[in-house]
Amino acid sequence: MPSITEAVPLPWVLTLAGALFCVGLFGALSRRNTVGILLGIELMLNAVNINLVAFWRYLEPNVVAGQTFALFVITVAAAEAAIGLAMIIAIYRARQTVNADEVDSLRG
Amino acid sequence: MNILITILFVIFAAFILTSAIMTVTVRNIVHAALWLISSFFGVGALYLLMEAEFLGVAQVLIYVGAVSILILFAIMLTRDLEGSQHRQLTPRWWIALIVPAALFGLLIVPTVMTYAWQLPPPPPAGQPPAISGAQQIGTAFMREYLLPFEVAAILLLVAMIGAIVVAFEERERRRRVLTLAEQVRLRQQQRRSAAPSPEPAATAVQASEATGGET
Repeated sequence: MPSITEAVPLPWVLTLAGALFCVGLFGALSRRNTVGILLGIELMLNAVNINLVAFWRYLEPNVVAGQTFALFVITVAAAEAAIGLAMIIAIYRARQTVNADEVDSLRG
Repeated sequence: MNILITILFVIFAAFILTSAIMTVTVRNIVHAALWLISSFFGVGALYLLMEAEFLGVAQVLIYVGAVSILILFAIMLTRDLEGSQHRQLTPRWWIALIVPAALFGLLIVPTVMTYAWQLPPPPPAGQPPAISGAQQIGTAFMREYLLPFEVAAILLLVAMIGAIVVAFEERERRRRVLTLAEQVRLRQQQRRSAAPSPEPAATAVQASEATGGET
């Protein structure tokens, strides 16, 4: 019965997740567009999910906790995307810009 | 058979990383969102390869179906009038490059590669490994994870109401939706006011010509 646990060592999967996380972190830090920052955060959340699923598959495949945790991360990511994009639209309506450098005052 | 899985993993990994790098570097924000969608697809394929079928389907449904459409809508609603000619990266983007590169090269790779993972022994030959699937997840959500499940439902409700409240525009402040022709005219006006004003005499001549042409 072929399975990924024999074909691919666990550190490879974790390295892939780490690389994806770092790419997302770079995107979140370097973009000026606030939507671009949100794209980077989504990439980071996906990397965390890959990690969770990899640990579940390689270490505890008969316990559901890993997949459950990943599902909760997906739920929170969806809520975060909805709120974040609503805030971006509100900021755009007030200031006609989505550039994070120009949104520098706490007054509305 | 195992070599096939290895090849598939390498292909998926290359696909995910290429899409992610294009997402953070490409200039046009719409293209970045489309690359993000392809990265989501790659992650979903990786879930299927790791035999997490329910998560793979949930990834495609939620991320590709819902979150990316939300992002595309937000991009459409907030396009700046000048288009995407602006620089997309901050002026000190190389500092932002150092931090993740150092995190990856100095922390993640050494830790992951040197740690002695205590993998469980492989199942005896001829016997399928015990993997929890969608049925076990459903049972767990109705039993030991019932409280987190309800909290997640409330979180989604709060997020929905919050998104409506934040993005809602009151009726008296609401602007009329512009037609395309009005948008083009507005854009031309803004471009004209943003550009350095030409000779006043020339504009006066043009204006008189325009009025003369009309009469």
